[in-house]
Amino acid sequence: MTTVKFLNKQFNGPLVLASGVLGVNASSWGNVNKHGAGGITIKSCSLQPREGHPNPTMTGTKHYFINAVGLSNPGVEEVVKEVEVFRKTNKTPLIGSVFAGCVEDFGKCAKALAESAVDFIEIDISCPNVKHEFGEPYAFSPDATKKITAEVRKQVKKPIIIKLSADAPDIVAVGKAAEKAGADALCAINTMSGMAINAEMAAPVLSNVQGGVSGPAIKPMALKAVWDLYENVKIPIIGTGGVTYGVDAIEMLMAGASLVGVGSAVYFRKIDAFKLINEEIEDFMKKNNYKTIKSMIGAAHK
Amino acid sequence: MSEIKVYKIRKVKDETPFMKTFTFVGDLGAKPGQFVMVWIPGVDQKPFGISRQTKNEFDVSVLVRGKFTKAMFKLEAGDKCGISGPFGTSFSLVKNKKVAVVGGGCGMAPLGFLIDELKKNKCKVTIYNGARSIDNVMFVNRFKDSQFCTGDATLGHEGYATDLLEGQIGKLNPVMVYSCGPEMMMQVVCEICSENKVPCEVSMERYMKCGFGVCGQCVMDPLGIRMCTEGPVISCELTKKLAEFGNYYRDKSGKKVNF
Ligand SMILES: Cc1cc2nc3c(=O)[nH]c(=O)nc-3n(C[C@H](O)[C@H](O)[C@H](O)COP(=O)(O)OP(=O)(O)OC[C@H]3O[C@@H](n4cnc5c(N)ncnc54)[C@H](O)[C@@H]3O)c2cc1C
Ligand SMILES: Cc1cc2nc3c(=O)[nH]c(=O)nc-3n(C[C@H](O)[C@H](O)[C@H](O)COP(=O)(O)O)c2cc1C
Repeated sequence: MTTVKFLNKQFNGPLVLASGVLGVNASSWGNVNKHGAGGITIKSCSLQPREGHPNPTMTGTKHYFINAVGLSNPGVEEVVKEVEVFRKTNKTPLIGSVFAGCVEDFGKCAKALAESAVDFIEIDISCPNVKHEFGEPYAFSPDATKKITAEVRKQVKKPIIIKLSADAPDIVAVGKAAEKAGADALCAINTMSGMAINAEMAAPVLSNVQGGVSGPAIKPMALKAVWDLYENVKIPIIGTGGVTYGVDAIEMLMAGASLVGVGSAVYFRKIDAFKLINEEIEDFMKKNNYKTIKSMIGAAHK
Repeated sequence: MSEIKVYKIRKVKDETPFMKTFTFVGDLGAKPGQFVMVWIPGVDQKPFGISRQTKNEFDVSVLVRGKFTKAMFKLEAGDKCGISGPFGTSFSLVKNKKVAVVGGGCGMAPLGFLIDELKKNKCKVTIYNGARSIDNVMFVNRFKDSQFCTGDATLGHEGYATDLLEGQIGKLNPVMVYSCGPEMMMQVVCEICSENKVPCEVSMERYMKCGFGVCGQCVMDPLGIRMCTEGPVISCELTKKLAEFGNYYRDKSGKKVNF
């Protein structure tokens, strides 16, 4: 696969593992990398360990995937140890993802993770699944986003990426607020709020009732978010949401993404998803005479 | 792939004071060693091996441990559960051969289904069924041809099932040994089989969230393979490449816990 440069770092191909899928520890990051991901986003971590919600925490159909894991993670201290293990044998770009319940903790957690050998810090302000704990996602509000970004910027020298939500009333305003407050890049989009019901049981499937929808069903919203952001901010975008086949990744690049996040495709196409999507991208490029990934970024904006 | 189907319980059988077998109505189409996720709305959803399967029924055999299994023990014939699966790898079946099966406690559950299939394949199956005490021995009546062992001598030999395997494996000369139970026991089974150059398969237990290969919760170090997908049944050869085998596992948050 052709290499891709993102914020001065070389990625082996445009695909990065999205946060929360398979991204729990060093051995899993290595395995996903071996299967074709050019970069790895670590599952979001917090200052303290969290067990997450009871099961069912996720389910899928042909059209969508939905989860409410509840941000389970072993805590930033353990994640830092996993990063050290990973770095002993692997140089693949790592995006460390953090979330917190208040502005100050975002700064603390980001600082702790940035001290490890991760290359970027992603700030998950957009998880829809912990509303009863944290209230509305910060990513709904340009003002909250500005405050969190500014605080993390103060604490962290490494490039920071703000992860946005297409459930926000105005994602462009939020993206601009992040850019102005010092973000180096954006990631769009996180999962979108939804739910699943099992008719025979007459019950919600997810123990949390509400969950985050991902997979093919959210691709149009993800494309629109990336498109609008590309027209309104200067910083690069990781386009994420519903990328399952090579052509989805191409569309995401053409909407304006510099890298493409892949999560739920692991459900729809197994762990080989990365390798398959990479092959399909290369096929498309050959057939349509694109020499570089870069030449496709934003290509649909005429 | 992960769709939950609803199955009705046909009967519930007490195996021991701590273990029950639930028979569900329906054709699951599982292979021995595979597992399902059992969902009780409002409680939780947890992984269980298939302990018996026919064309129109299947069993799961459950040891009572915490919140979910306690809720399950309250279910009766006629109640329904949401079930997804079958998931994961299965035991390699052989035909017309001598084989041995080593079960520890509720580890006998998936081995019950396996033993049925091996016997259908005209294998001569030597069964070692061990547990701490008689109340933890599963399938005492289902497999009367087992060699039972208990730590406290309440049933069969006093000691470990692995002691019997070690003493008999040379003479028995099985083409394959299958095992499921506490990890320390399976580790010893693997050692005995390696020394005697007998292939061996074990069924691993790691904390599982999704059960179908997406969350990564059940991966083992350092290969990062998922026990719900590349497992739970793995070869003894593969366990040697998994440094965490017999050493540690990860809890619900993902934190390492030593055995
Ligand atoms: C592939 C597989 C097959 C299994 N087959 C059987 C079986 O046939 N019969 C049987 O009795 N038990 C089986 N188990 C174990 C069973 O899943 C746990 O006993 C059950 O989840 C306990 O839930 P609880 O709420 O009652 O207990 P809890 O109090 O929640 O937990 C008690 C202990 O059970 C284990 N456990 C809990 N949740 C999980 C989970 N999601 N994944 C893995 N382990 C967990 C942990 O070791 C924990 O310490 C199997 C586990 C796996 C991974
Ligand atoms: C099971 C699961 C867990 C997730 N956990 C996180 C998380 O911890 N942090 C985060 O920023 N995004 C999380 N996400 C969102 C993904 O990173 C991604 O933004 C979203 O799923 C859309 O991409 P996809 O359609 O390729 O899955 C999770 C998604 C799934 C399916």
